[in-house]
Amino acid sequence: MSWNEPGGDKKDPWSGRKDENGPPDLDEVIRSFQEKLGGIFGGGSDGGDSEGGSLKGLGFLAAGAAVLWGLSGFYIVDEGTRGVETRFGAYSDTTQPGLNWRFPSPIDQVQIVDVKNVQVVEVGYRSGGRQGAGSVPREALMLTKDENIVDVRLAVQYQVKDAKNYVFNVLNPTATLKQVTESAERGVIGHSTMDFVLTEGRSEIVAEIQTEIQKVMDSYQSGILITTVNLQDAQPPEQVQGAFEDAIKAREDEQRYINEAEAYSNEVVPVARGAASRKTQEAEAYKESIIAKATGEVSRFTQLLTEYKKAPVVTRQRMYLESMENVLSNTSTVMVDVKGSNNMLYLPLDKLGNRSVNTAASNNANIQQPSSIPQKPSINNSSRTTARGRDVRGR
Amino acid sequence: MGQNKILIGVGALFFLVSACVFTVSETERAIKFRLGEVISTDFDPGLHFKLPFINNVKKFDSRILTMDSKPERFLTSEKKNVIVDSFVKWKIADVKTYYTAVAGDTSQANVRLDQIIKDAFRSEFSKRTIKQLVSSDRTAIRTALITLSTPIAVKLGIEIVDVQVKRIDLPNEVSSSVYRRMEAERERVAREFRSQGKEAAERIRADADKQRQIIMANAFRDAEMLRGSGDATAADIYAKAYGDDVEFYTFYRSMNAYQRTFRKPGDMLVVEPDSDFFKYFKKQK
Repeated sequence: MSWNEPGGDKKDPWSGRKDENGPPDLDEVIRSFQEKLGGIFGGGSDGGDSEGGSLKGLGFLAAGAAVLWGLSGFYIVDEGTRGVETRFGAYSDTTQPGLNWRFPSPIDQVQIVDVKNVQVVEVGYRSGGRQGAGSVPREALMLTKDENIVDVRLAVQYQVKDAKNYVFNVLNPTATLKQVTESAERGVIGHSTMDFVLTEGRSEIVAEIQTEIQKVMDSYQSGILITTVNLQDAQPPEQVQGAFEDAIKAREDEQRYINEAEAYSNEVVPVARGAASRKTQEAEAYKESIIAKATGEVSRFTQLLTEYKKAPVVTRQRMYLESMENVLSNTSTVMVDVKGSNNMLYLPLDKLGNRSVNTAASNNANIQQPSSIPQKPSINNSSRTTARGRDVRGR
Repeated sequence: MGQNKILIGVGALFFLVSACVFTVSETERAIKFRLGEVISTDFDPGLHFKLPFINNVKKFDSRILTMDSKPERFLTSEKKNVIVDSFVKWKIADVKTYYTAVAGDTSQANVRLDQIIKDAFRSEFSKRTIKQLVSSDRTAIRTALITLSTPIAVKLGIEIVDVQVKRIDLPNEVSSSVYRRMEAERERVAREFRSQGKEAAERIRADADKQRQIIMANAFRDAEMLRGSGDATAADIYAKAYGDDVEFYTFYRSMNAYQRTFRKPGDMLVVEPDSDFFKYFKKQK
């Protein structure tokens, strides 16, 4: 490719190159440089040596300076950025990543704008910086519809979507974005209730704020695209946090009371059922046992009755004597012959009882013979008196 | 020597050219004067010509600028104070007017705008309650402020792009009473939760107690019924059997009863010797 190649296709180098995706090749850049140069000075490179010889050195010098000046027009646009070119202040082109050439200063200027990196504006808090993280109450506190105050912290992420608008339309776009965010979030939160903001409304609010910010920023033609709005935090203000926490605790307490009561219920009812079951089982047992006892006793009686009917007198006498024998041999017996005159009879029953119990403990055999008792002098003495027989127990 | 002359010539040419042209950037508006008189304001961005020494040019920022005013107190319709922080986005609409009205000085323009906007705020706020300001009427206020301030701003050569209320705050003393109210409100909620919990708990306990009592009473009823039927069955069995010979039953039962009653060695019987049992006991003597 020669220096003087006639421009077969005269298409604009910048717009032509835009169609290609790869980095521009050096030849083409140089050619376009030459074409631009030709466009300005008309003649281009022919006609340098028509002047006199003394001027030849100066001509070379000027040409060298011109080449150097021309070379200073190369610049690189990094991936993820755009170059905004202006010619004499007027916007001329937005260049893509790669090697680019512009007329060097003072004709063309270029401003490189980052369009890929997502930047963040923090409203209501600062995540780092000089004073460290923390809330900024002046920005964070705001009124809700129900005239409560909430503490809201937002992070707005944005990108440059239009480098030209970003550069030309608004002075200090970042500060503007922050102001607009403050305004938009207050607008949105101002028509929501506090409970909505603090609980279920978070995502809805965030979406609304994002739309609102984007709308305003677009109306300024700021060239900014809001990628996300993060609600970092929405909570009641510090001054009333205690009360709010207590309300949350109260909710837990409510559940706790109910659970405790249910625990009580779960304990009491089964225990009662158990006790009830015991009661009926005991009654069942009583019923069965009393019937069995009755059946048994009746059976015994019936069998005895059969025998009794065979020999009533003997059986009756035998039963009587056996019973009395049993009774009298098991107890302490005092026989009193009371068919006398004296109706005052002194029986120290408590002493007799004590003694007989004591002796019963030591020697059963003696006591169990009622016939020996009348021979004991102390008792015999007292038995001399005659009176009507009395049952001492009955007295 | 010839070379020096050429150098001087080139230098002079550059000077002349640079004195004859001026550039207007995308972010600028320009005014061209002829001996102090404005002759042209309509410049597109780019390269323009002027006559050296006769013409001079002044340039102003044409971007959207911000007038961020200090927070200010306003009275609402219910005579409450609110502190309002707002900002105005504006740009130059008519450079010539702008230049004559505020001498092209941004800070002077801001001061003038501030007054205009504050007046507009005052009148708009005095018509509305805090509630309206905070929630419902924001857009209406914004539109009203723009329409109110635009005619005056036009006289300054300024276009009001936007007026936004950043913050509407209550004064400190009011804020603290708001906080107290919020606390009271939360306390109400907390108490409601707790007492609802107690109510439910009491209900559950009472129900449990009721169930227990019913269960026990039913059990008592069933038990007594069982015992009763047992007693009845037993009585029936006894009656049927003993009815065969009542006299012998009485005797038999008495004998059993005597034996069962006087069984312990501590029991003491005082007997007369003339009972049946001692019949022979006496006669022998």
